Amino acid sequence: MLSNIGISLVVLVLILSFLTIYTAYLDLKTSNQFIKVSIYKLSLFQTTFTVLSFFTLIIGFINSDFSLINVYENSHTTKPFFYKIAGTWGNHEGSLLLWINILVIFSYLFLVFNYKHNKRFRLYTLIFQNILILGFLFFLLLNSNPFNSIYPIPLEGLGLNPILQDPALAIHPPLLYVGFVGCSIYFSAAMASLISGYGGKLFAQSIKTWVKISWCFQTLGIIVGSIWAYYELGWGGFWFWDPVENASLLPWFAITALMHSLIVLEKRSTLYSWVIILCLLTFILSVTGTFLVRSGILNSVHTFASDPSRGIYILIFLSFMIFSALIIFFTKHKKETFSFNLKSRETFILANNWFMAFFLVTVLIGTLYPIFLDVLTGVKISVGPPFFNIVIIPLVVPFMLLMSIGPKFSWIKSQNKFFYETLFLMLSAIVINLFIFYFFGEYSLLSNLIFITAIFLILHSVLDAKKFINNINKTGLSRIISHLGFGFLVFFIGINHQFSLEEDFNLKVGEIKKTDNYEINFKNIKIKQSKNYKAVIGNFELTNLKNNLVQYLDPEIRIYSNPETLTYEAAIKTKMTSDLYLTMSNVSRSEYYNIKFQNKPFMVWIWISAIMVALGGFVQLTLKKNED
Amino acid sequence: MLTKKVKKRILFLISIFLLSIFAFFFILKSLNKNILYFSSPTEIKEREDIPFGKDMRVGGMVKKGSITVNKKNIQFIITDFENEILISYSGTVPNLFVEEKGVVAEGKLSDKNFFIADRILAKHDENYMPPEIKEIIQKNAK
Repeated sequence: MLSNIGISLVVLVLILSFLTIYTAYLDLKTSNQFIKVSIYKLSLFQTTFTVLSFFTLIIGFINSDFSLINVYENSHTTKPFFYKIAGTWGNHEGSLLLWINILVIFSYLFLVFNYKHNKRFRLYTLIFQNILILGFLFFLLLNSNPFNSIYPIPLEGLGLNPILQDPALAIHPPLLYVGFVGCSIYFSAAMASLISGYGGKLFAQSIKTWVKISWCFQTLGIIVGSIWAYYELGWGGFWFWDPVENASLLPWFAITALMHSLIVLEKRSTLYSWVIILCLLTFILSVTGTFLVRSGILNSVHTFASDPSRGIYILIFLSFMIFSALIIFFTKHKKETFSFNLKSRETFILANNWFMAFFLVTVLIGTLYPIFLDVLTGVKISVGPPFFNIVIIPLVVPFMLLMSIGPKFSWIKSQNKFFYETLFLMLSAIVINLFIFYFFGEYSLLSNLIFITAIFLILHSVLDAKKFINNINKTGLSRIISHLGFGFLVFFIGINHQFSLEEDFNLKVGEIKKTDNYEINFKNIKIKQSKNYKAVIGNFELTNLKNNLVQYLDPEIRIYSNPETLTYEAAIKTKMTSDLYLTMSNVSRSEYYNIKFQNKPFMVWIWISAIMVALGGFVQLTLKKNED
Repeated sequence: MLTKKVKKRILFLISIFLLSIFAFFFILKSLNKNILYFSSPTEIKEREDIPFGKDMRVGGMVKKGSITVNKKNIQFIITDFENEILISYSGTVPNLFVEEKGVVAEGKLSDKNFFIADRILAKHDENYMPPEIKEIIQKNAK
């Protein structure tokens, strides 16, 4: 029943897509200044039906309607209500439907909100967006239909992977999808701009908001993913340079570069071609990421039980996208002349783009190299986290320097009025770093440089914030917040990395382990029965030997029955200054439990500063009018 | 004669070119240092030039009944159904580390039959198996 409703709705959306393309094409030829009302209506219907199809699937999950294969494979009647809903996008087919929803919704919103812009440009955008929609609809219907039915109807479902039954992970995919799929709209807009010749400043204004929205959501999505990895995966880190994390970072670098150079296009009407390239690249990288994750080529946490046919379809579609983008770009783009003064803000924004390009290339090589090597020579390798750390971290130093002083320069040409201020801030940064170095412990030269530049950036941003509050300078609030957030982020990651403690050992119940600063007493274990899992809870008494502070930590081993899986739940005591982190695991029911204990300074500040970076973007969205 | 503007531009292009070559070289160089090769127990046994004391990965199935735990570490045997290798590891194992399931150990080879791991990777999906291990098993388990 639901299966029929769902498929009908999807087919209806498909037909509406064709109709939209057709009527939009006809409307291009009329000399009428306004877009026909029927196109708005078609687009609105399309949006309504797509959203309805998604709700149909959600209803299937809520009611545990196992006549749908998708529900049967990914849900279970005993699953909590919230995770039944989250299960909708916790699998390949459902998430593809969510993907299409976002394509369609953005298509409609772009059409409606850009009413001031050129008609041909808007119609072409609509056409390209609908071609994308069609591509994914065919993929959904032919290969990954969430509404496929199963007969006889099973009585019970197989359940959702317990590791995904987590609040952070329930909202992680929708956030990322808004971020990654949202890029589609300016992919289409860039193509439309090339064909219709609607470029320059006006083009920048038409896509600005959409770039910011997708940037904010991407940033938030990545942060939520890291937070989840931190407390769920149980190794205590938050970034692993896992290929799939990298896949999410690639479009993020491109979009961050885009967001910056878009300002140049808007203010100075230059860099048009580069902005177009970045628009195209961002979505192409998003789809590439999806391809890597869904095809099973990469070996990672996110691997959905893989099916090579999916990979092939996405790869074909991806190549189609890249080729058409290249062809349109090279036949339509016009030569531009640049005249940048070295001491101007645009030069610094361009420098940001250079760094972003470098980071992007590095991560791309590190991620794809093993795949190519395997295909070409059959040698199996993996690229370890040290590669990324060695290449990227040193470059963060000049990056932050430029990031601090860049915003001080004005457009076109500026004088060095702020030399003494910069010098003063630099000296303060060096002094603060010396203070940390002297009182808290020594670290390497590179770490020194990282701390100095991070503090330099923080001081600069704080000063700018002060100027903003005192009404001296009324622009760039969102930039100040994001840059300040980034400075703090690097600073706290540095501190955290430098001063973390980690102990790994095996204990029996009742035993005590002494480390340099702590005494860990494994008092007992309890068994607790929950709705959909059984938990073995350890009871640990932790004594800080320096101040005799006693704390209790209760890590869990959860045994889920549907599907049968173990998860380790870390016990985390979060304080403003540090996190205590303890996980307990057990191998083949031996009497020894493996304990991993960590003391991670300023952990919570890493999240706060990362969220601050994203917040800058949201601030800009709400303050649009008086910004810049 | 080249005008000042053209000269400036040529200089700019050359420096960009050199900088990107330098960057690229730097990336590849670091890449080369941080590659982890993946081998099966059979490959370790048969290859002459296997490096000792360098980080690498070994993968296969955890042999049934081979896991022993003591106060200091965990020992188990990785098998590809032809050859075996003993792994010693101290630290947390992932939740899907179970007998007769796929596993990848990262660490150093101390001799051809003994491997000291600093990390154990097992994947988070109960149905999922790393492609490398799938291949080994398909080859040997016939």
